[in-house]
Amino acid sequence: MRLEVKNLCYSYDESNAIKDVSFSVARGEFVGIIGPNGGGKSTVLKNVYRALNPDRGEILLDNENVHKMPYKKSARKMAVVGQENDLPFDFTVEEIVAMGRSPQKRLFDIDTAQDRHMVHHALEHLGLENSHKRSYQSLSGGEKQRVILARAVCSECDFFVLDEPTNHLDISYQLEIFDFIKRLNITVLAAIHDLNMAALYCDRLYVMKGGEIVLSGTPEEVLTPENIFDIYGVYSKVTKNPENGKLSISYFSGHSKKGT
Amino acid sequence: MKKKAVFVNILLICFAILSIILAVGIGPVSVSPVVTAKVLFSKLPILGNLIAQTWDAVSENIIMNLRLPRVLLGFVVGASLSVCGVAMQAMTRNNLADPFVLGVSSGAASFATLGMLFGAFSFLGIYSLSVSAFLGAAVTTVLVYVLSRVRGRINVTQLLLSGVAVSMIMDGITSIIKLSAPNALGLHSAEFWMSGSLAGAKWAYLGLPALVLVLCMAFLMLNHRGLNILLLGDESAVSLGVNVAGLQKGLVLVASLMAGATVAVSGTIGFVGLMVPHFTRLLVGSDHRRVLPVSALLGGVLVVWVDVAARLLIAPEELPVGVLTALIGGPVFIVLLRKSNREKR
Repeated sequence: MRLEVKNLCYSYDESNAIKDVSFSVARGEFVGIIGPNGGGKSTVLKNVYRALNPDRGEILLDNENVHKMPYKKSARKMAVVGQENDLPFDFTVEEIVAMGRSPQKRLFDIDTAQDRHMVHHALEHLGLENSHKRSYQSLSGGEKQRVILARAVCSECDFFVLDEPTNHLDISYQLEIFDFIKRLNITVLAAIHDLNMAALYCDRLYVMKGGEIVLSGTPEEVLTPENIFDIYGVYSKVTKNPENGKLSISYFSGHSKKGT
Repeated sequence: MKKKAVFVNILLICFAILSIILAVGIGPVSVSPVVTAKVLFSKLPILGNLIAQTWDAVSENIIMNLRLPRVLLGFVVGASLSVCGVAMQAMTRNNLADPFVLGVSSGAASFATLGMLFGAFSFLGIYSLSVSAFLGAAVTTVLVYVLSRVRGRINVTQLLLSGVAVSMIMDGITSIIKLSAPNALGLHSAEFWMSGSLAGAKWAYLGLPALVLVLCMAFLMLNHRGLNILLLGDESAVSLGVNVAGLQKGLVLVASLMAGATVAVSGTIGFVGLMVPHFTRLLVGSDHRRVLPVSALLGGVLVVWVDVAARLLIAPEELPVGVLTALIGGPVFIVLLRKSNREKR
């Protein structure tokens, strides 16, 4: 087991955001967490990548408690691709990507040829080799997301945590980013909004609602019209795309329980 | 970019040495730069023996005992304030942070005067002032930082307003002491504490701020990657292996040490920590590995020359340096403020 989350509890102030959540990700798996807004997807991931400290429960990465590791060690084991950062100062694309090398560096280390090679490699991989001197702030949302992904790539981690990275991107960037990650053949834990994306890329899904995991299984098991109605309160039709054998979900407007 | 940064550094070092030599010569009794350079080089080991003494003892006395300590102190103070500004800007993720704007300098000054009034730390001798100034700086840094954090993020409006409020309270304390116990201020007048001055600099003042600058600079340079990453925000910083809470504590300590050590010897010289990092970033980008040394050099040179202007403008009277830096820095602050509002829209 690559990642094991056991009985995780976390609360913002008074309200319980996460109640007793347990799940696991095996080596090489692409696991998605889906669910309605405010269901706790992002909170769980933030506990995994240490942006939040759990109230109770254990998070084991390679059988070691993540929250007891030095920060550098956990950063060497998992890379996070979140939403793009807004920066108070302007950095070049290359400088942002090079930050991905930081977990590998000790206090007195200088940047080596190996570091420059990895940065260049990551830039090339994402088609950024010609914009390495451009200012990060001047990029579009999709381009910024590519830079963040390049930063994760050059960290040489083989476990990626994706915290809803493609929410605000157009469909071409969404596919590009997920295709790229899928091709890396690494272990992935991702919070995903779009059920079609989840069906397309994930090996297994967990559904979070009200801070709890209410369902889990393969996309075929989880993404049925009945389940989708239970989770989101919307009517849908689920078909199998004959081209790639993946599920495809279409929604009906005006039949939502919420009346939208 | 890398070559350019090395070039900028070398150029700045030459410019800094030149500035120090020229600035030493300028004053009510002017000494030619050639004589100044000769006197200075004659003090160097080995090389010094090669230079024949062609100057009179009065010039040497003026250079070595009056001007040089003042110019060097100006350089150290300018460098410290700039580096302090860089550290505070990384800590708050905001380019408007500066020891003066956030009230940290005022805090240091008022604690220093309080320290003198009550004779606290007097057992530390000449360092007692620095220790109380450091405590004042630390207290205000933490106070402003805590006040401006809204739901885990620094709120710019909150940051600036709490800076203004804290600095007014601290200046108020200094004024009360000035009015109620004028003798307690000792050698320095209230004007010294509130608008800064390098007059009366002595060699003895130089050691501690220089040492603090070197140590803090070393700490910041070792953590240059962490400082860059901190700007991405806490969540990203943690995921890139930065111990955010630890580094921020380090930055509070470093910023307070530098602000305290400089305020104890020069009062509150404002806006240096705001202007210099800004111009440095325009020159060499935002990577702290380049920003730190360049802003130290640039800040040192700036204060040395502003101090020359302070000596000359209304000679034989002297202007407080802080008044001049405020005249230059205030408009820069307004421009930056407008710019940061535009970017948000």
